[in-house]
Amino acid sequence: MMNKALITQRMRTWLGLDILAGMALTFRYIFKPKVTINYPYEKGRISPRFRGEHALRRYADGTERCIACKLCEAVCPALAITIEAGVAQDGSRRTTRYDIDMTKCINCGLCQEVCPVGAIVEGPNFEYATWTHEELLYDKDRLLDNGDRWETVLAANLEADRGRG
Amino acid sequence: MDDLMTTYLRPLFWMLLGIGGILAVVLGGTAYLTYAERKVLGAIQLRKGPNVVGPFGLLQPMADGLKVMFKETIIPTQANVFLFIAAPVMTFLLALSAWAVIPFDAGLVLANINVGVLYVLAISSLGVYAIIIAGWASNSKYALLGGLRSAAQMVSYEVSIGLIIVTVLLQAGSLNLSEIVEAQKDGWYIFSLLLPMAVLFFASALAETNRSPFDLPEGESELVGGFNTEYSAMIFALFFLGEYANMILMSAMTTILFLGGWLPPWTALGFVPGFVWFALKIALCLFVFLWVRGTLPRYRYDQLMRIGWKFFLPLSLLWVVVVATVKMLAGGA
Repeated sequence: MMNKALITQRMRTWLGLDILAGMALTFRYIFKPKVTINYPYEKGRISPRFRGEHALRRYADGTERCIACKLCEAVCPALAITIEAGVAQDGSRRTTRYDIDMTKCINCGLCQEVCPVGAIVEGPNFEYATWTHEELLYDKDRLLDNGDRWETVLAANLEADRGRG
Repeated sequence: MDDLMTTYLRPLFWMLLGIGGILAVVLGGTAYLTYAERKVLGAIQLRKGPNVVGPFGLLQPMADGLKVMFKETIIPTQANVFLFIAAPVMTFLLALSAWAVIPFDAGLVLANINVGVLYVLAISSLGVYAIIIAGWASNSKYALLGGLRSAAQMVSYEVSIGLIIVTVLLQAGSLNLSEIVEAQKDGWYIFSLLLPMAVLFFASALAETNRSPFDLPEGESELVGGFNTEYSAMIFALFFLGEYANMILMSAMTTILFLGGWLPPWTALGFVPGFVWFALKIALCLFVFLWVRGTLPRYRYDQLMRIGWKFFLPLSLLWVVVVATVKMLAGGA
């Protein structure tokens, strides 16, 4: 004995009503607004915590923040950071070498988290693709340059995220 | 000399011109069908589709064509080279040669032969060989399995397509495509007793052209791409274009058999040239092709076979009887 619900279902299938309902749904979707973000002309919003390209920040007077404590080098799970320390002309401890291999980096953000002086940070820039591997082996000059270039945004992002754990 | 000119060369010239014209139209249509497909699927999925190359992405087919021509043609070492290359060429040739009998407008047909329907059926059936040859010549298990599935599928659905066409032939009383269209002057066959056959024909056309939801031969998620797994560059493009040309062909057949070919929907609109109506109707069918692809998930293989043999075939057989009976009772025969 076939019950009524089963018969109705069979009729829906055989008459193609289910298919028609699905087709009607997709047809309505054609006229809905699109969700496409027209990259690179439009870009999505990114969080102040976004972990993009690295930068070494300076104090307002222009001196480097980094004190060559090598915590970032130690914490880096990908072993992407290489630091050599030395004594600068004013007698302070500074890095003589600060390299990040961006092709090893996994953008985990631990270096930024561990830094006691807020020197190494990950900025909002994610468009740093290059043609060659070598271009992604960043040295200290490049990182400091990034810091100078992005300082306004970096400071604003850090400010926006302050006190939010 | 004069005789040669008038009896052979002049008709030959017009024939070649006609062939060139049809090729240009069909290939242009094929190229832009790929564009339309991406746009329609995009719209259904709330995306924009190609919009970078040229205004609204309209030059995308050209860019794709250039890309595919400059890519390297990779032929597997274990493949049968001759058959491997012959198969896509065959698909493409067959997809184009069927257009010889398609009437674009009253009298606007390359070869107005009296067995046009039979010719189209024969040509589209040959397509199975190209696919099974491609599957075998690739010497790859994925390609072979895809080819086998495809052959079984296309043969199954051809049976019901044949019977569906028989119902139309009973109604029209002719195998000549132009005469079938003329017979629909008083009402397109889709708005008559033949409506279920029109739906069945379209569904079979989907299966025949390996389109979703019957795209098992190319089921990417199951067969790595099916019979064309090992194909790349231009020989792949030939398969691809062949498939799309076949879609247009099946849409044209649907239009001719059920949607009244070049006839206008209302006689008041008769001032619009017939080939425009023909093109519009084909475009409508093609849109449904894409729309279905954007909607329905792929059938399982056993479902595909069951629909073909246990639903389409008996129903079309029954309809042959019904149409014949109605015709006889109406005193037409």
